Amino acid sequence: MQVIMEKLTKHFGETKAVQDFSVTLNDGELVCLLGPSGCGKSTVLNMLSGIIPVTSGKIYFDGEDVTKLPPEQRGIGLVFQNYALYPHMTVMGNITFPLEIQKVPPAEREARAREIAELVHMGNLLGRKPKQLSGGQQQRVAIARALVKNPRLLLLDEPLSNLDARLRLEMREEIRRIQLETQVTTIFVTHDQEEAMSISDHIVLMKDGFLQQHAAPQELYNQPANQFVADFLGNPPINNFPGKVAGDDFVMADGSRVTLGLSGKVPEGTEVNLSVRAESFVVESEQQPDRLTCTVDSVFQMGKEEMAILSFGGVHFRAYIASEYGFKPGDTVVLGLKDRGVFVFDLKTGERYI
Amino acid sequence: MIKQPQASQKSYPLNGALFALSWALMAAALPILLFLQNKWLALAAFLMGAGLLILSLLLDHSYTLRPLAARIIRYVLLVFGMLVMVFPFFWMLSSSLKTYNEMNYFPPTMFPQNWANFENFKIVFEKAPFARYFLNSVITVLGSVGVTTFTTILAAFAFSRLEFRGREILFSLLLSMMMVPFEMLVITNFQTIVKLGVYDTLYALIIPFTSSIFYTYILRNFFQSIPSGLYWSARVDGCTNWKYLWKVMVPIARPSLVTIVLLNALASWNSFMWPLLVIKSDLRRTLPFGLYHFTTEVGANFELLMAASTVTVLPMIILFLFARKQIIRGVARGGIKG
Ligand SMILES: Nc1ncnc2c1ncn2[C@@H]1O[C@H](COP(=O)(O)OP(=O)(O)OP(=O)(O)O)[C@@H](O)[C@H]1O
Ligand SMILES: [Mg+2]
Repeated sequence: MQVIMEKLTKHFGETKAVQDFSVTLNDGELVCLLGPSGCGKSTVLNMLSGIIPVTSGKIYFDGEDVTKLPPEQRGIGLVFQNYALYPHMTVMGNITFPLEIQKVPPAEREARAREIAELVHMGNLLGRKPKQLSGGQQQRVAIARALVKNPRLLLLDEPLSNLDARLRLEMREEIRRIQLETQVTTIFVTHDQEEAMSISDHIVLMKDGFLQQHAAPQELYNQPANQFVADFLGNPPINNFPGKVAGDDFVMADGSRVTLGLSGKVPEGTEVNLSVRAESFVVESEQQPDRLTCTVDSVFQMGKEEMAILSFGGVHFRAYIASEYGFKPGDTVVLGLKDRGVFVFDLKTGERYI
Repeated sequence: MIKQPQASQKSYPLNGALFALSWALMAAALPILLFLQNKWLALAAFLMGAGLLILSLLLDHSYTLRPLAARIIRYVLLVFGMLVMVFPFFWMLSSSLKTYNEMNYFPPTMFPQNWANFENFKIVFEKAPFARYFLNSVITVLGSVGVTTFTTILAAFAFSRLEFRGREILFSLLLSMMMVPFEMLVITNFQTIVKLGVYDTLYALIIPFTSSIFYTYILRNFFQSIPSGLYWSARVDGCTNWKYLWKVMVPIARPSLVTIVLLNALASWNSFMWPLLVIKSDLRRTLPFGLYHFTTEVGANFELLMAASTVTVLPMIILFLFARKQIIRGVARGGIKG
């Protein structure tokens, strides 16, 4: 199902949880709603499900305006962070409950529940109570319960945050598998960028209630719309060098400069951040104006590569360096910049120039 | 007997047998008394059983010596407390089985001469319509507890789940009403009952007791502890408030509800002052009121009085014996003060 949110806004009294949020999601996609804690992800989800009314704006499901529709008429499956299983019912009871409400005959209910339980690999535990299940199993039941009535849209609010690291990895692949098998349009809320990068078709990145960028994971990483997006994605985080634009050059407070061909692209004298991903440095042999002469602070072995902490213009930063060079703390290194993963952002507005 | 803590964590099969045997011996005391009429043999069986029970408990929990001493002291205190609590009931039961002559022995005897002497009960049922009282009590309790439970569930749901303006203020107002003592309400309640034309009927006993702020408060607290995710999952699935309440909330709150029902039933069963005010006819009395009336009729025949008391109290005791676990669990969960 295609989902359109148009200028969606939600205020809780003084708090502006979501503002002017406009996004279009395509049928059959898995979209991650990503952002730091408190940025309004759950609020967006709750407005989609109809749990909370919108302050202004519109929601369309397949072209139909559902903004005022009560939750039960929206055809949505919900999975909460704490799974919200009915503790007094068995797994079977939990999965069949939505069908029971819809007055589906008992035999059909069971058949459908069994089918969906197989899909989430819970077919052999139908008689258990939620208390007797592990976190991952509870989560599967919650997904099965949300899927059993064939929702048009599946909403998952941080479904993995209660699980340990390994199970999280496993379950996110499970969720992706189930989503691909059922082809249900899915919105997955998370504040874990790695989780979002690994399973989604598209990522919607939010901050303070505003949409920052809506793009495919790689595009988000390679073409961040602004400083926030660049900072939020990537591990290790992107390196930021604050400075000024002087002609073609980028100049830092202590006079260190790099020639980047900035004139015409960035207004003269603008205060900017030169942001470079750790993997976007290359070791060069001789100094040139478009290269950085840095000092090595420390070096960590990381498999076939080394992660070095260096300083340039008084700023410490991280860079991946092939280990064949064997640098030691105190050495001087000349680093060139690759085309990819090098950006220039306005220091104040975060707007991207390059 | 003095072992390492780890070793004693296991329970031994022998111990289980010992435990069972001790209870069997204690239980055997009663039939011995009733059928063999030999109170010394019964006493011996009982004491032997009790001794074995203590032994098996000690064997089961024999950690090191100090915890053992602490355990003994604890049990002694508990047993003492139990005796203090149980003695009046024992005395009532014992007296109800004595004859008029036995009652007047001095010093008084601990046990009746004949444990199967149910003569007093027969007389009690002949002298006053206790069966009728009993029925009245049951009807009153069922009526008032039934309706109270229903209204309590609905109110607790409204105050915990539904959102409406002034909800918290309204609830605070209700809570503050709890400070008005029942005695103050008696006059207005009485007038209402008379105006309704139900004076001297069982309705008069039920109608004023069909809601309870206190139980609403307890249940509301419990309902609030149920995560809202359950509610919204159900709502998104098309579940109505009504269905959600009865299919999800009430089953989850069952332990709390059972406690509420039991406490309420007990209060209702024991209520005395109100029936005294609104019931005139002999045949509409409830048990406690009937018992009170009976006292004035039989005067100094304490053995009859004790038999009547036994009839009055026994149903509640039986109820509590059966629902002990539920009550304890409910009290622990709902945070009701004992
Ligand atoms: N019912 C409410 N009343 C008042 N403010 C609220 C309410 N719900 C959310 N907020 C506020 O709205 C903002 C967004 O909240 P929301 O729950 O959507 O964040 P989130 O992105 O889901 O965060 P998290 O990752 O921590 O779950 C927060 O500042 C929060 O304090
Ligand atoms: Mg949230």
